Amino acid sequence: MWLPSYATPAERLMRVLVVAFAAAILLFLIAPIFIIVPLSFSQDPFFTLPVREYSLRWYEDLFGNPRWLDAMLNSALAAVLTTILATTLGTLAALGIARPDFPARRVVMALLISPMIVPVVIVAVGSYLFFGQFGLTNTRAGLVLAHTALATPFVVITVTATLSTYDTNLTRAAHSLGASGASAFFRVTLPMILPGVISGAIFAFATSFDEVVVALFLTAAEQRTLPVQMFSGIRDQINPTIMAAATMLLALSVCLFAALALLTRKRG
Amino acid sequence: MTATPGISPDIGRIRTFVAVRRAARPARRAAFSLALPLVGFLLAAFVAPILYLLVTAVDNPETRSVLPQTLTALEGWDGSSTPEEPVFAALAADLRAAQESSTAALVGKRLNYEIAGMRSKVLAAARMVAAMEAGPYRDTFLEKDGLWAAPETWSVIRRNGAELTPFYLLAAVDLKQSATGGLESVAPDQAIFLAVLGRTLLVAGMVTAFTLILGYPVAWVLTIAPKGVAAVMLLMVLLPLWTSLLVRTTAWVVLLQSDGVINAILMGLHLTSEKVQLIFTRIGTVTAMTHIQLPFTILPIWSVMRSIPATQLRAARSLGAGPVSAFWRIYAPQTLPGVVAGCLMTFILSLGYYITPALVGGPQDQMVSNFISTYINRDLNWGLAAALGVVLLVVTMAIYGLFLRLVGADKIRLG
Repeated sequence: MWLPSYATPAERLMRVLVVAFAAAILLFLIAPIFIIVPLSFSQDPFFTLPVREYSLRWYEDLFGNPRWLDAMLNSALAAVLTTILATTLGTLAALGIARPDFPARRVVMALLISPMIVPVVIVAVGSYLFFGQFGLTNTRAGLVLAHTALATPFVVITVTATLSTYDTNLTRAAHSLGASGASAFFRVTLPMILPGVISGAIFAFATSFDEVVVALFLTAAEQRTLPVQMFSGIRDQINPTIMAAATMLLALSVCLFAALALLTRKRG
Repeated sequence: MTATPGISPDIGRIRTFVAVRRAARPARRAAFSLALPLVGFLLAAFVAPILYLLVTAVDNPETRSVLPQTLTALEGWDGSSTPEEPVFAALAADLRAAQESSTAALVGKRLNYEIAGMRSKVLAAARMVAAMEAGPYRDTFLEKDGLWAAPETWSVIRRNGAELTPFYLLAAVDLKQSATGGLESVAPDQAIFLAVLGRTLLVAGMVTAFTLILGYPVAWVLTIAPKGVAAVMLLMVLLPLWTSLLVRTTAWVVLLQSDGVINAILMGLHLTSEKVQLIFTRIGTVTAMTHIQLPFTILPIWSVMRSIPATQLRAARSLGAGPVSAFWRIYAPQTLPGVVAGCLMTFILSLGYYITPALVGGPQDQMVSNFISTYINRDLNWGLAAALGVVLLVVTMAIYGLFLRLVGADKIRLG
């Protein structure tokens, strides 16, 4: 299917050029991200390729420096709490939206998706001013609340997508066989939609773990997350420990992405 | 409206409809109650902060709280002459109280937004009043500074007695209230925000155009590639999407540095003999943003292209269309829904960029978001920050509305 038999030579050439162009763009997409990996293993404190001498000194700093360790711990904690909250709220909402009788679906859906759309600075500044009224700025609770709001659209989207392939007759069958509402959900519906729920949870975790702007506004030194620590580092004086941290984040993204790919493969 | 049963088939149908709706009510309620926790949560933790931001943009508490007696005394003022002694006595009393509670700076800073230099003059007056035993105050004030004789000063104070002010919102679009109450442009050296908004729209437009030009061929090749190759290609599109925005921005900071990889490549290829300034430039910002947004444009286009049967192009060709004509007249129009969805999404997301311009851009590449952050953190001018937020929100929501009309919220897919 690469080339139809009736293609003219000019068309063949055109197609080769387009494919070459696409390959170049894909390289442009991937290469810049992976450039940080060799740089993080460099002995030198500057960023030139090829790397002259490899070392683990920046990783030693990353895992030996309490500032970086605390930042990683804070990020993990906020991300886990966000994931639990966002997945619960988002899955429930998706279950409602997927029902045929759901009222005002378009309006509600527009609201539920809007945290993805509203510029994150507006969410950050709004939360900073509003949460300040309740003493929630510079607390982990405030950060988790704001991150949960940002993460729920991903859960709603993935679970709704999974539910569109779910046969609701299965729930009815469970009820007719005597299962209560909760029992039908936990023993029939949930296992069927679990891949979608876990995908949503992975998205929620990544959203919180990677988020910078809201965290910049809502955290003080004690709750400072890894991305905030990286951001302030890049701003002041970019140091190679940031490359090591970025490589760790990249590794985490690749793992989460692989987990997601496995889930969708099973489902499809 | 009263209806007699059986009179008209229309009324009968309406009744059936109403009855069916009523019968479905418990089911609708049950469905909605599942979404209720999230709706409630978002109203409290997401919508309320944004509404609070809107209120902050028009809130005007400083003058009212610090100069209450002055405002009362000004009620009888004619608005065109220097006020009489009672007004000055009231101001003196207010400032004396303000000096004790250290709130003079608050009102000084607020009035300074409208009259340059007002902050130091209010503070000086407060110190002067605190040192005085008793009046008369009018002459002392007038001697201290001619500013207190000007009716404009007093009309600004009186105007700011109002609970709400349009000042910040007007300032966010380079306008201000004139002394007579009409609208006028701010001084040219202060008129920067429309330019910032224009720059934000321009950068978002450029990024959208580049992602379309670069992404459309990629989406097309994804549809014609053999299955295995397409899977690898898709991986290369999705993985960047999964990588933290900060990591991708960091990568560009490193790449674009004057001692960085791109300069090394350019010099290695002898394309340039000296280092090119790439970081802190518009080119760098747009390149990094295009890189980050490409997957958002590619994926919707690809998902539409996938659904176009390959036989259509063959049919067009067999009916005599040339390759160019077949593409433009048969294929391209059908991909339009994907193009619209991808471009609108990229445009919306590009409008709100903060991290990338902050780290990769120069002072001339800072977008509305960056100014909002600066006014909150550095200048502590929350009203102006909130007003700029309102402007950004209005523009974004207008385009989101367009997206909802043309594409729909339920069409958003994640990979």
